[in-house]
Amino acid sequence: MRIALFATCLADTLYPRVAKATVRLLERLGHEVVFPAASTCCGQMHVNTGYQRAALPLIRHYVDTFAGFEAIVVPSGSCTGSIRYQHAMVAGRLGDSRLAVRATKVAARTHELSELLVDVLGVTDVGAYFPHRVTYHPTCHSLRLLQVGDRPLTLLRHVAGIELVPLPDAESCCGFGGTFAVKNSDVSTAILADKMRNVLATGAEFCTAGDSSCLMHIGGGLSRLRTGTRTVHLAEILASTPADR
Amino acid sequence: MSTFLGLPTAPAGVGHLRGSEPFPVAARRALADTQLRRNLAKATSTIRAKRARVVAELPDWEELREAGRAIKAHTLAHLDTYLEQLESQVTARGGTVHWARDAPEANRIVTGLVRSAMATEVVKVKSITTDEIGLNDALAAAGISAVETDLAELIVQLDHDRPSHILVPAIHKNRSEIREIFLREMADVDPGLTDVPAALTQAARQHLRRKFLSAKVGISGANFAVAETGTLCVVESEGNGRMCLTLPDTLITVMGIEKVIPRWADLGVFLQLLPRSATGERMNPYTSMWTGVTPGDGPQDFHLVLLDNGRTAALADPDGRPALSCIRCSACLNVCPVYERVGGHAYGSVYPGPIGAILSPLLTGIEDNASLPYASSLCGACYEACPVKIDIPSILVEQRARHVEATHGRSAEAITMAAAAWAMSDPARFAAAQRGGQLGRLLARHGVIRRLPSPLSGWTAARDAPAPPRETFRQWWRRTGRP
Repeated sequence: MRIALFATCLADTLYPRVAKATVRLLERLGHEVVFPAASTCCGQMHVNTGYQRAALPLIRHYVDTFAGFEAIVVPSGSCTGSIRYQHAMVAGRLGDSRLAVRATKVAARTHELSELLVDVLGVTDVGAYFPHRVTYHPTCHSLRLLQVGDRPLTLLRHVAGIELVPLPDAESCCGFGGTFAVKNSDVSTAILADKMRNVLATGAEFCTAGDSSCLMHIGGGLSRLRTGTRTVHLAEILASTPADR
Repeated sequence: MSTFLGLPTAPAGVGHLRGSEPFPVAARRALADTQLRRNLAKATSTIRAKRARVVAELPDWEELREAGRAIKAHTLAHLDTYLEQLESQVTARGGTVHWARDAPEANRIVTGLVRSAMATEVVKVKSITTDEIGLNDALAAAGISAVETDLAELIVQLDHDRPSHILVPAIHKNRSEIREIFLREMADVDPGLTDVPAALTQAARQHLRRKFLSAKVGISGANFAVAETGTLCVVESEGNGRMCLTLPDTLITVMGIEKVIPRWADLGVFLQLLPRSATGERMNPYTSMWTGVTPGDGPQDFHLVLLDNGRTAALADPDGRPALSCIRCSACLNVCPVYERVGGHAYGSVYPGPIGAILSPLLTGIEDNASLPYASSLCGACYEACPVKIDIPSILVEQRARHVEATHGRSAEAITMAAAAWAMSDPARFAAAQRGGQLGRLLARHGVIRRLPSPLSGWTAARDAPAPPRETFRQWWRRTGRP
């Protein structure tokens, strides 16, 4: 299958290893991955911070860039949620009903990584090998907006060598919330402290999730306190093979 | 694009819908209160677990939520009709209906009614709406003392404090703090009082019993008002409300206009949704319902004050209107990661938590509560828990947009956002911006950045920031000669 990669602005700029892992994984499964050079950002940060007018060109740009593809993969539950639930809403609110219709169509072909693997490609064992103790944090938007359910955990359970340990109070937010982490950084930190306490209580080497943004938050805290526990994106685990060791 | 119809919002200078400082400032202080943090974490996690248990018991919970949402949406779309029907039914059954456009008018009406009854002390229950309008202050100015009879409201009143939760106003207090308040403020208390919950309840009971037996006027809020029968409904857990509603000769109920429901049968939906969502109980302990006046039984003079105070303005806002469906269960507060850490006072309004963060700005206008829509990580736990399916995260995002549009893009943040959108809507500009960002590597040591300038300094106060990589993904893609 020919799959277009929307890397997300965050992974493209700060976490290229996540986008590369997505490419490596899908190619290993026998698919063709294309990265439209025009792709940039979904505009979620603008919408969620109140800048809908500024987000409109970004939404239009996403729709223009990806309109020609049958399947689009996004290594982020949050960006997928924005594309699926905000793009058409913002376009409609700002009076561009034609864009709203087009955005709805492109959104229907846009899949978060675990959705693409399990629902579109019908695979749960991707042949990965990751011999580490790992705990999984279900990010809020993948959990509540996309309702990915246990798709990520099903994929992780099939990874050879992995020791999966449940995260206490897993469904609680990590406190990131985009610009919330800056505008209300104290509250965000207080929420993060409890998430880190739960991650550390598992004794895991790695905390994984489907969103680089939440992982940047949790990982930023774990790193600051020199905990030795790290974060790793779901795509990176699924892309790992014995050859990577 | 919605149209603002210019309906009046709740007036400033009266009542408790506005905080004195922005949320982040008030929240920072609350976060440092160790006792508050401990009390809130314990109380909210207990209620969360109870709620989850009893909600899971009902196979038709999602259908009930949808029924609740649909009834409220229908009622709000025909609010004028149902309010007039309610008025005529209450009047026909011997009650008197008053219409109050805002807090000062409601306070004037109630004060006048208490004066006519020649009372200098009133007993109160279900007080959040009267707290919204600052009724106790207005009564005090007229020489009338108001006694809160809900146990938690009484604790807060005795401590000269403010409620911090819609349903559990003293959630920020633990039993040893409550014992100290009683010993300090309750004139007739046993000096040997312990902090055993039964002993504390007994002390409040003795204190309140004297008030109930002497009060000539009771003042209440209402959970529901049934338009087709004119029946008012108050749900509570202690029985103190029942005494407030039945012992005095005069009963005055102050109710927001959004509390009306069309039919008696609709109570069947809400009396299932409310207790399970609120206290995690299958059935509410004390459900009091009354219709007008019954000769020889209960209050012989009943007044219903229907309060607007910004509600019509919220109703006229198609995006904000669903907030008026709220049945004040507090489920959204108990599941909110923000509320759990800062408590209710930080929100500055009688309506705290996620619902307060949308309702308060709707009632006052966004300019008076501009920091509240940002007091959320948009995690969505509130929407998931709401028994009438209010999409709180979407309304928060909409209110943020209203706030930004009202400031006309003149803030430093607006300029940054505009620049970011300009750069990111074009791949060449985006790639150039990424190359600029790679200079951030100069700030990094061992792959992380430990300190960033304002406004990102809030991030690096507690978290490392990632160093930009040598090569972005698009640079790698191009270098490796991919399609």
